[in-house]
Amino acid sequence: MPLSLEEVRRIAELARIGIGDAEARAVQIQLNDIFELIGQMQRVNTDGIEPMAHAQDMKLRLREDVQTERDQREQFLSVAPEKEQGLYLVPKVIE
Amino acid sequence: MLNASLKELSAALAQGKISSVELTKLFLDRIQKMGALNAFITVDAEKSLAQAGAADERIAKGDAKPLTGIPVAHKDIFVAKDWLTTCGSKILSNFVGPYDAHVIERFNAAGAVLLGKTNMDEFAMGSSSENSFYGPVRNPWSRDCVPGGSSGGSAAVIAARMAPAATGTDTGGSIRQPAALSGVSGLKPTYGLVSRYGMIAFASSLDQGGPIAKSAEDLALLLNVMVGFDARDSTSIERPAEDYTLDLDKPLSGLRIGVPKEHFGEGLSGDVGKAVEAALAQFEKLGAKRVSISLPSSGLSVPAYYVIAPAEASSNLSRFDGVRYGYRASGYRDLADMYRKTRAEGFGAEVRRRILIGTYVLSHGYYDAYYLKAQKIRRLIAQDFVEAFKQCDLVIGPTSPTVAFRIGAKAADPVKMYLNDIYTTPANLAGLPAMSIPCGFGNGKLPVGLHITGNYFAEARMLNAAHQYQKATDWHARRPAGIEP
Repeated sequence: MPLSLEEVRRIAELARIGIGDAEARAVQIQLNDIFELIGQMQRVNTDGIEPMAHAQDMKLRLREDVQTERDQREQFLSVAPEKEQGLYLVPKVIE
Repeated sequence: MLNASLKELSAALAQGKISSVELTKLFLDRIQKMGALNAFITVDAEKSLAQAGAADERIAKGDAKPLTGIPVAHKDIFVAKDWLTTCGSKILSNFVGPYDAHVIERFNAAGAVLLGKTNMDEFAMGSSSENSFYGPVRNPWSRDCVPGGSSGGSAAVIAARMAPAATGTDTGGSIRQPAALSGVSGLKPTYGLVSRYGMIAFASSLDQGGPIAKSAEDLALLLNVMVGFDARDSTSIERPAEDYTLDLDKPLSGLRIGVPKEHFGEGLSGDVGKAVEAALAQFEKLGAKRVSISLPSSGLSVPAYYVIAPAEASSNLSRFDGVRYGYRASGYRDLADMYRKTRAEGFGAEVRRRILIGTYVLSHGYYDAYYLKAQKIRRLIAQDFVEAFKQCDLVIGPTSPTVAFRIGAKAADPVKMYLNDIYTTPANLAGLPAMSIPCGFGNGKLPVGLHITGNYFAEARMLNAAHQYQKATDWHARRPAGIEP
């Protein structure tokens, strides 16, 4: 089932990526080509196969509940586009 | 010196035949001369030479390790403190690393010199190194051709002798395919051996860092530095340190090489098939036994990969929102508008495309049909290898279906581009180690890569086979025309 232009716009909105009309149409064609390739998966019967979520079936480690990171606030803030008094600045959210 | 192996360079440094500062200057000059290849995003002579000076002091004190004083070029996906780290993207074009990636820490501790940050497909998404905000990398063997991708900068750097060693990352073939197309050696370790800390994430269940160099012997030395447990990477594997050089000289008699029939069928270019067949014959001469095997699900690796990788990417790349780091668009109405504009302007076309695919396959109502289905196929692909390794020690075939293609040839057709990854994606999906080494030349006198997959943690065995092959042949020592020592 090919993606409609409306669906392309909806996905772009979910991904928070602005998309113009001309680009949406070009992307629609490319995405449909890609989904045709991906669709090859549907030919295979995978009933009863356990999904493989990771490259190795490993258990995640547990660690002591103690502080492991040192304070690097200044360093990390130094690369922010806009900051003030140790805070990230964004456009006003609540009027 | 430009063609010397790491062992030779290490000896020259130890014997005082050359200093690290001199060696670093030599390669910095070389980088400048080869500038037209566009293989580097950032070079900072002052920083590199300061590190080289410190290495020389360390050597003088008798405190040198095998890589002390040796310049290493790093893919611009590894965060390095005080170095611009762009990941080939406009959205990180102003990002100066506030800390070191684990891989960078390991090379620093070894006394290696950071020679510069190499060009790459944006966020490692691509098979040609054309998708960079900093422009395409050119293949040293033919400047109209791509070097492969996404670690194309690092592969071109080795091919053109701009550095003795380099790093890359491999999510679906991004170390091995550029190694093949650029005529150099590259290895993707078993998933979990090299820490992902500070390696900018693309698809976390597949991403793995690894070395790119001129020979298997050099790869072994680099792997000794790169591999190591790191608690900051939740999937880092804790196991005793291994010396990957120990088995290099073992004879290959009795080695069982599995040749998967699926990797020699439709889609494989004749010139590549011929070079790979000749390499298999060479392995038989060295005492290896050829076994016919089947990887029945491997044909589905590209479709499964192009669901799983974009899905994980869409989640990982949600962090680039113009708030905490990187580029922020100007002229927005509100917060949502800032996100939309920042991400539309900051990401290139291929990255946007993959985020859209990933968003779709994870969206309500489609998860089972795509993401879950792909994960089930991933299991089938991994099981194929479990069966195969009952019959053989290594799986060998082509790395890429063709030699390097012309810049622009596949840029407009994503599906055509994705099919480059047909032989490399299975190892990522299964989490297995795999490497590519040069095995001859095909159409246009361009290099052909031989793909070697091993069982989990079989890096030493793969390197042993590759080293023995490289002792019997000289494909890895060939240099592009115009690349004088």
